[in-house]
Amino acid sequence: MKLNDEERAMLAGEAGEPRRWAVEHMVEVGRMFDAADFVPVAQAHMMADTESLGEAGVAFLEGLAAHPPAERRVRVPMLTDPRGVDLSHYRPLGQTEEMAALERRTIAACTDLGILMTDSCVTYQTIMPPVRGEHVAYGDTGVVIYCNSVLGARSNFEGGPSALAAGLTGRTPRYGLHLDRNRRATRRFIVTERPEGLTGWGVLGGLIGRLCGSYWEVPVLEGIEGAPTSDEMKHFGAAMASFGSTPLFHIAGVTPEAPDLASVCDGPAPEPVEIGRKELEGLRGNFGASGDEVDVVVFAAPQLSHVEMARVAELLEGRQVHERTALVVCTSPTVAADCERLGIVGRIEAAGAVVLRGTCFYNQYAREIGEANGWTRLLSNSVKIVNILGGYGYRPALASMEDCVTAAATGRIP
Amino acid sequence: MTRRLRCHPGIGPRVEGEALVAEDDFSARYDLDRLAGTFSRPGHKLAGLSYVDRVLVLNTAKGGVASAWMLREMAERGMAPRAILFNAANTILAQGAAFAGMALCDRFEDGDITRLIATGDRVIVDPPAGLVTVLGKATNFTA
Repeated sequence: MKLNDEERAMLAGEAGEPRRWAVEHMVEVGRMFDAADFVPVAQAHMMADTESLGEAGVAFLEGLAAHPPAERRVRVPMLTDPRGVDLSHYRPLGQTEEMAALERRTIAACTDLGILMTDSCVTYQTIMPPVRGEHVAYGDTGVVIYCNSVLGARSNFEGGPSALAAGLTGRTPRYGLHLDRNRRATRRFIVTERPEGLTGWGVLGGLIGRLCGSYWEVPVLEGIEGAPTSDEMKHFGAAMASFGSTPLFHIAGVTPEAPDLASVCDGPAPEPVEIGRKELEGLRGNFGASGDEVDVVVFAAPQLSHVEMARVAELLEGRQVHERTALVVCTSPTVAADCERLGIVGRIEAAGAVVLRGTCFYNQYAREIGEANGWTRLLSNSVKIVNILGGYGYRPALASMEDCVTAAATGRIP
Repeated sequence: MTRRLRCHPGIGPRVEGEALVAEDDFSARYDLDRLAGTFSRPGHKLAGLSYVDRVLVLNTAKGGVASAWMLREMAERGMAPRAILFNAANTILAQGAAFAGMALCDRFEDGDITRLIATGDRVIVDPPAGLVTVLGKATNFTA
């Protein structure tokens, strides 16, 4: 990799140990992917939930945070993904004091590093959407795929350490989605039936992600007339990234880099694959459980927008969560504060549901809280979360937001 | 019989270990019980098996960014794979291997790596050289 004078100085330790580590780490990764040099980034976003960090990761952050402010503070605006513990509501979930203590240490270290603790995986809906063509270093696959695809920004999937390295130096190795050649369509899908609702879009995303199956495939969709909503795109992208590690999609006539099919193809377009009702029902069928009693209903992954929060409140109107069922709603601190002001949180909580701020169900010790509460059968409208939680000891099932609320109120999946 | 498999230069140190192979994908978040050191996702082809100290040989990385922190956390507890070989890594697993000091290689010249190595094979992974040497069946295979 070619380094400029400033990067060589950082690597030599002249800007302090945190930046020396950051350049060293990024050079190692950049070499793996044949990066020619670094590219400046405008923002960074770090996944740093304590379940993933563990003691090792927290101690690492504290080690960086122990350096003088001039050496440790990030150089570009840096945001955080959802946390592992909502410190205002962790004991009732069965989370332990040890988990909370680890969380407090992480928050202190990140704050000392100059990171803005937004605790959100919907920053593009709530904080600062990137601009088309802007190079950024984002964690959270849902944030990356939305910003690459819907907004035309340029980011790889950045794990916590690499996002932090980008924040500390204001740059990232130029490889993957930062390069034009890796943003061209390699797979082509013709959608013959427009999905309905957030779950329908999630199912389509999950199916395409599974069919693509690799970080290095870029799908382009045809047959989608008119723009999906922001929340539909959110669930579509999050599910695609979850099932297939896919960081970018194009929808011909909708997303900014694909005004038409030819714009995202080099030479002849890839052979098309049709996706219709049968294919979508095939994936959905893996997560059916009609008639079963349900232990916990979860709205999360991604965190809910203002609009989703308002819809949950509306659906809960005049209903109470069943005594043998829990309803957990995860949103960002920003959305939660607005929804408190608007009376939406109060309406959701009055029905017996729990609103968690700044967490997301699957990255807040899902296994431990499931065991503590005796939760096995889980229902969600998020295709991403039902994909993840099978490995955490749950039996996840999928339903629309409307049916999820009915299940929460009756204790049984409709 | 010793076989030499060329790949793209990878990440981490030269290591030797026993292969655990599946034509399946990998995420530390989705697929593992990291406390028990086993694959826990019911549908995974390695479900129930221990990955500790094995050279994992899988198709590709999938899912979220959490694996980048998790590999180091697993390594510091002594509950990590010794190396991971993919047909195609994603950015997260490469970053996680760099952060953890774990060996990781991908892009093999001779084709599908999950068919070129079998569970129980003794292998030497040399990421800087872009070379994996298959020494043949291990004698103490216990999976």
